[in-house]
Amino acid sequence: MEAIAFYTFSFLTIAMFWIAVMSNQALYALSATAAGMIFISAFFFLLGADFLGALQIIVYTGAIMAIYAFGMMFFDTTRVVKERHRPPFLVMGLSILSAVLIVFIVSAPIISENIVAHHPVIEGIDNPQAIGVVLFTKYLIPFELAAVMLLVAMIAGIILAGKKMDRSLTLMRDEEIEIAQELQDSKRVSV
Amino acid sequence: MIEITLAHYLALATILFCIGLIGVLRRKNLLLLFMATEIMLNSVNIGFAAIGHYYGDLSGQMFAFFVIAIAASEVAVGLGLLIVWYKRTGSIDLDSLSSMRG
Repeated sequence: MEAIAFYTFSFLTIAMFWIAVMSNQALYALSATAAGMIFISAFFFLLGADFLGALQIIVYTGAIMAIYAFGMMFFDTTRVVKERHRPPFLVMGLSILSAVLIVFIVSAPIISENIVAHHPVIEGIDNPQAIGVVLFTKYLIPFELAAVMLLVAMIAGIILAGKKMDRSLTLMRDEEIEIAQELQDSKRVSV
Repeated sequence: MIEITLAHYLALATILFCIGLIGVLRRKNLLLLFMATEIMLNSVNIGFAAIGHYYGDLSGQMFAFFVIAIAASEVAVGLGLLIVWYKRTGSIDLDSLSSMRG
């Protein structure tokens, strides 16, 4: 049963992420990534990490992909995305570097055979409760730092994206946009 | 029935990481490049959760938890910067960022 679930969801996840990486349409890529995130939560449920699975659906699919969807409203996403064409020697170098990195990733568990559980799974209670016990004792300071970091990121996002928010490009006529663009261009040349 | 071992999960995490890496090397559009990095972060999360499960340890899940928190803040700041860049130049192509001519 576990094997069937594992292979089904791994096939679905790989297919979704492959579409996300290879698609020329930004909207297809976004939808495929969101679907892949949901399928990944299945692995967390299979591994007994219920809390992480719920977090994956709520935070990754519900928050992060929603931010991407909102961000897409600002950009021209309907046109076909052009891909990069790098010089061949650069592609060679990057590929070799990536291959070495992947060999390290795969061989890392073989090197470290003597792994001992630092915070063993607590018997007799559910996964979310065990997570809470460890999170609010051993990982309290990183947890609070993560909270502060999220607050800083939220304020930074509001300030960065909210600048000139009062000038709506959709409500302006085409000529007005062109005039504003030319004004901006001439300003940039003079600087 | 075939038993699913740690190696299966690590192989899956490696494949997903490679897909994300292909995306990072391939994409020119900065928004889609960010999405490829999200795929890489997710694959690492699977690896953390799998190792934590097979060694009976909760640290793996804690690390995956913090990775999700970092990814959320990265997206908030990154997309804010991207919007500012788009308003300035009208494009989010990676090539338009090479203004320093280094």
